[in-house]
Amino acid sequence: MAGKAEPGATRNAYGAALVELGEAHEDVVALDADLSVSTQSAKFGAAFPERFFNVGAAEANMMSMACGLAATGKRPYASTFAIFATGRAYDQIRLGIAHNELPVKICASHGGVSLGEDGASHQMIEDIALMRVMPNMSVVVPADYNQAYRATIDSYESEEPQYLRFGRPATPVVYEDVPETLGTGVDVLREGSDISLIATGHMVWRALEAAESLEAEDGIEAEVVNVSIIKPIHSESILETLAKTGVAVTAEEHRVVGGLSDAVRQVAAEQHPVPIFAVGMGDEFGISGTGEACMEHFGLTARGIADRAREALLLKPIVSHPPLFGPDWTSAP
Amino acid sequence: MSRLRSVPDPHPPSKELARGEIEPTIAELERWATVHRLDCVRMLAVAKSGHLDSSLSAADIVSALYNRVLRHDPENPAWHERDRFVLCKGHAAPIQYAALAHHGYFPHEDLQGLRKIGAPLQGHPDMNKTAGVEVSTGSLGQGLSMCVGIGLALRLDGLEDTAQVFGVLSDGDCQEGQTWEAATAAVHFGLRNITAIVDYNHLQTDGTTEQVMDIGDMRAKFEAFGWDSIQIDGHDMEAIVEALERSRTLDRPAAIIAQTKKGRGVSFMEGRFGFHGKPPSPEQAVEALEELEARLEEQTAALQQEAE
Repeated sequence: MAGKAEPGATRNAYGAALVELGEAHEDVVALDADLSVSTQSAKFGAAFPERFFNVGAAEANMMSMACGLAATGKRPYASTFAIFATGRAYDQIRLGIAHNELPVKICASHGGVSLGEDGASHQMIEDIALMRVMPNMSVVVPADYNQAYRATIDSYESEEPQYLRFGRPATPVVYEDVPETLGTGVDVLREGSDISLIATGHMVWRALEAAESLEAEDGIEAEVVNVSIIKPIHSESILETLAKTGVAVTAEEHRVVGGLSDAVRQVAAEQHPVPIFAVGMGDEFGISGTGEACMEHFGLTARGIADRAREALLLKPIVSHPPLFGPDWTSAP
Repeated sequence: MSRLRSVPDPHPPSKELARGEIEPTIAELERWATVHRLDCVRMLAVAKSGHLDSSLSAADIVSALYNRVLRHDPENPAWHERDRFVLCKGHAAPIQYAALAHHGYFPHEDLQGLRKIGAPLQGHPDMNKTAGVEVSTGSLGQGLSMCVGIGLALRLDGLEDTAQVFGVLSDGDCQEGQTWEAATAAVHFGLRNITAIVDYNHLQTDGTTEQVMDIGDMRAKFEAFGWDSIQIDGHDMEAIVEALERSRTLDRPAAIIAQTKKGRGVSFMEGRFGFHGKPPSPEQAVEALEELEARLEEQTAALQQEAE
């Protein structure tokens, strides 16, 4: 499928893809909590008003309604900002959706600090952790418009509850076309043997930029890996890149606890311990500013990733050991 | 302990009854309420855990629903055109389990396994483990929102006038803010296939609702939210059936505030504080069973006399 060739926001891809799903499948319904223009679910609402339910500022009600709709055979897509989806309505998602294993897709926009001006109250930096820790819930964070489009379309095929995180700002193109599939959810975007830069969401294009600067300035060959499915994470693909480079930096617009970094570290700790450093939010909340200024402020930049990579390389073990036991992952396809 | 063994009622409901082809009398519904209460006492005495008094206060409402009002098919629980029953007050699970077993959704002996490891009957209703449970509940405040979602889905499927969603709420449900989000939404979306029955028994874990957090005039509150709202005696079977049947015919969501007594049917427990979430001791169980068995005997005899 021909994708978007210029920068676009992942939330816009969600809005467009949701309309396509609505056209293809009569059982698709959408809910929003008075943020449908921001989340882009309003496009679905305009196309299918009878299948669109704006609940107003009542996120808990929205999630439990989505449970009821799914239990009665519908395929609900529930959208609001990431903070309200996962923070306010955690218990409703937990019991009504995840515990029941219902095919509700929680499509949250404005994840991270890049939403900017609204500040800490709205900048959700714990959502990946919250959804990752919840049994039965899978977590998808697309890297650009085209991958977000694919993630939305493919979500219909899954009968499981899913959390999809979208963002506010336009994101440079990472995938030139809408990919055929998310595959394992782990894509090597650039090959390299010195260090792995493992990124998700808005940090993926920044990791690609970081790799270029590392090569240009220091001759470092960085491998760039996009993790779009953080849970369940595809261990073999992660082990493959860790084995190749022996050191990694993870990058996410999220707390460095509970998100991508921990997912990668968990795989490594069990099967191939190597130094893994994290770029992300420390033990602090966001602040107001333009989205880009916020990213700069917290070091969520290509520069931030490259600097961390240089530090990491100092600690890269001189001798790399293969895993002592575990699956024969090196020969995995 | 054989007294604690749950056995199927020798006068069970027929399949025609579940399908609504036969209407049981008020006296039959009252008798089945006693049957369900007995099963609740036995279940809890064996489980040594659970919410007995909360189950007993809802027994008459549940008997009216499962044995007369609900259109359902125990042989085909997934029949799409059925009415839906949501136990918003999920802690009263035993009373729903008693009714489901009564209709053959699962073997009667499964009641013995309540809250036991590996058994299908969980502490709170679980849609994936127990046949006949529409949605899992147990976290107060979520149930009415689930009913709204179910009601909307049924409307999209063109079943709004035939399939009704009945939610049974507790006082605690009405203390949760989410219930009022749902009450607002049901009216906003113009649903007329929702019936909320509040099992208003005025007792909660820490004391009376008036002491802990007074929810006041529930009838007036639902009315103020735009619902058709009536108040009844939640142990008057005739009034319960009439209110439930009437709720199907309305052009608005319907609230039925059922004034009830917690522990109803077991004298030492009825309307008394201190039994929430506490299983009966062996002595209490025997006392409760004796009282309920005596009532059942009277009710059975009266029905037989009438038949002759």
